[in-house]
Amino acid sequence: MSDQDTKIPRTEPIQSATFTNPINAEIRRAAATGIYDIRGGGAKRKVPHFDDLLFLGASVSRYPLEGYREKCETKVTLGTRFAKKPIELDIPITIAGMSFGALSGPAKEALGRGASAAGTSTTTGDGGMTPEERGHSSKLVYQYLPSRYGMNPDDLRKADAIEIVVGQGAKPGGGGMLLGQKISDRVAHMRTLPKGIDQRSACRHPDWTGPDDLEIKILELREITDWQVPIYIKVGGTRPYYDTALAVKAGADVVVLDGMQGGTAATQDVFIEHVGLPTLACIRPAVQALQDLGVHREVQLVVSGGIRTGADVAKAMALGADAVAVGTAALIALGDNDPKWESEYQKLGTTTGAYDDWHEGMDPAGITTQDPELMKRVDPVEAGRRLRNYLKVMTLEAQTIARACGHNHLHNLEPEDLCALTMEAAAMARVPLAGTDWYPGKAGF
Amino acid sequence: MQTYDLEANGLRGLNSTLQEQNGGTNKTAWEIVNAKGSHAIAVGLNSPIEVTVKGSTGYYCAGMNQQATVRVEGSVGPGVAENMMSGTVIVEGDASQYAGATGHGGLLVIKGNASSRCGISMKGIDIVVHGNIGHMCAFMAQAGNLVVLGDAGDALGDSCYEARFFVRGSVKSLGADCIEKEMRPEHIAILKDLLARAGADAKPEEFKRYGSARQLYNFDVDNAQAY
Repeated sequence: MSDQDTKIPRTEPIQSATFTNPINAEIRRAAATGIYDIRGGGAKRKVPHFDDLLFLGASVSRYPLEGYREKCETKVTLGTRFAKKPIELDIPITIAGMSFGALSGPAKEALGRGASAAGTSTTTGDGGMTPEERGHSSKLVYQYLPSRYGMNPDDLRKADAIEIVVGQGAKPGGGGMLLGQKISDRVAHMRTLPKGIDQRSACRHPDWTGPDDLEIKILELREITDWQVPIYIKVGGTRPYYDTALAVKAGADVVVLDGMQGGTAATQDVFIEHVGLPTLACIRPAVQALQDLGVHREVQLVVSGGIRTGADVAKAMALGADAVAVGTAALIALGDNDPKWESEYQKLGTTTGAYDDWHEGMDPAGITTQDPELMKRVDPVEAGRRLRNYLKVMTLEAQTIARACGHNHLHNLEPEDLCALTMEAAAMARVPLAGTDWYPGKAGF
Repeated sequence: MQTYDLEANGLRGLNSTLQEQNGGTNKTAWEIVNAKGSHAIAVGLNSPIEVTVKGSTGYYCAGMNQQATVRVEGSVGPGVAENMMSGTVIVEGDASQYAGATGHGGLLVIKGNASSRCGISMKGIDIVVHGNIGHMCAFMAQAGNLVVLGDAGDALGDSCYEARFFVRGSVKSLGADCIEKEMRPEHIAILKDLLARAGADAKPEEFKRYGSARQLYNFDVDNAQAY
């Protein structure tokens, strides 16, 4: 018997499930730089999402509508509670707030063009309202943010709705940081700050501190705008039942609820991935709050955070939302992370689909940058056309599903149209586990 | 002088009436009676009218003012002249929290004291406080001038940018990245003008100037303890 034969077999190398390669890379990155990772985009970790739900199309017990023949309505009206001029949208898909500064001017223009062509609204962001954005958006929601960068009453009165941003799904409770390299002369002027310095966006409003104050703040905004336009309140998804209830109590016309898959221009990775609730988990508690207060459908609910397809739209609406908002998906529709820029993404040490250093201002697609040369890569007309197509496709997809479930309006989708593939999704969405009539938290059968 | 009875005719009527006055109006002087601490009095004005509020107000009096001169013959609640763009707001009494918050322009004069967070996130407004101010005033202040004839509370100018602070009395403490700065002739001139416009009986030479050390303008991990 040789030594070779008596050698004890080695076990197969096993990667740690705790110290994974991405985690180890992050440890090495932190050790080398001494600072946490800052990035854009939204949560990348897998959490229960709309993909964990399925629709129950009609068979015998339900009667479907004929695709391409029978009408399935998609219009939605937001702000019917107090506003003299509610916002009427052709489709229940809106563009989420993204700032000029974080995004290039052509990108903002393209968002306006695309949204208008699809019959829906777009939204400003930190940094105020630009003439191009107002000019190209048939319906524009003006965000009233803690930073109040560029805030003035003239722009306030040009808006079709006002969205008081209390929180954001990617960073509920956190502020923002637009790094100095993205601060062009124009961005600096709009924010009343010197060029080239980091611009901190506060995490809380400077002149109110709680729901009672918020009620008075809303009164002020309504008095300034003659009670014409709806007041939205946007919250990050963390305590959706109570935040929704208090937003209603404060006088909101519309509650915008942004789950943890929502995007951001730049914040700490640890924040993006570890603070907040999955979008799926936010909807039913918020709807419950509206129902408990007797205002479901009177105070509209807009859900955002990782909405990608018509199926996502339909599922959010089936769970009780009145509309959805898309942010990251809209940027992808415009052309961000497009494979045609792969070689340039690789030069930045990343790859198509993974590029998230939006704060560095070097976006090869010219969308999340203020670099004049890169910005030229965005043709606002063509990018707007792409966005319009994307919004139309999502709407068609949602209509197809709704018809199959027997509904002649997307609003008629309901939780009974859904089942869940996983226990987690069943619990969060409060719909039965597939093949059963039970979900966690529901007593009996 | 036009008189508006707020109790009898309501807030909506008041603000819509005042907002309707344009540059050609001959109704340039207004007196509001029975204010009784109401919120959002005289907000969103945009013409060079003169409004006098007889009595004290609640939140956000003269919010987002443009061009108008609003005088409050009493004290004001939180957020007086918030996000003011231009014009003048004069408070004969004291002011609660967030006076002049996020103001982009114009002049806010407080004859009494101001509470905490006065001038928070100010972006070009000039604020003159005849009395004292509370803690965390001018937090994240970006531009404009805050003049205090009395004393300042804790953490003055924390995380400020390019705003200037002139304090005649004591400062309990300075916030992160806020330092005392040299009082140069141009600052004396700015202060002299502001004191005169605010009707303040004080000499510019009696004040000390504070502002940003500009050490935290760009993030540096070695400054982490300062954030």
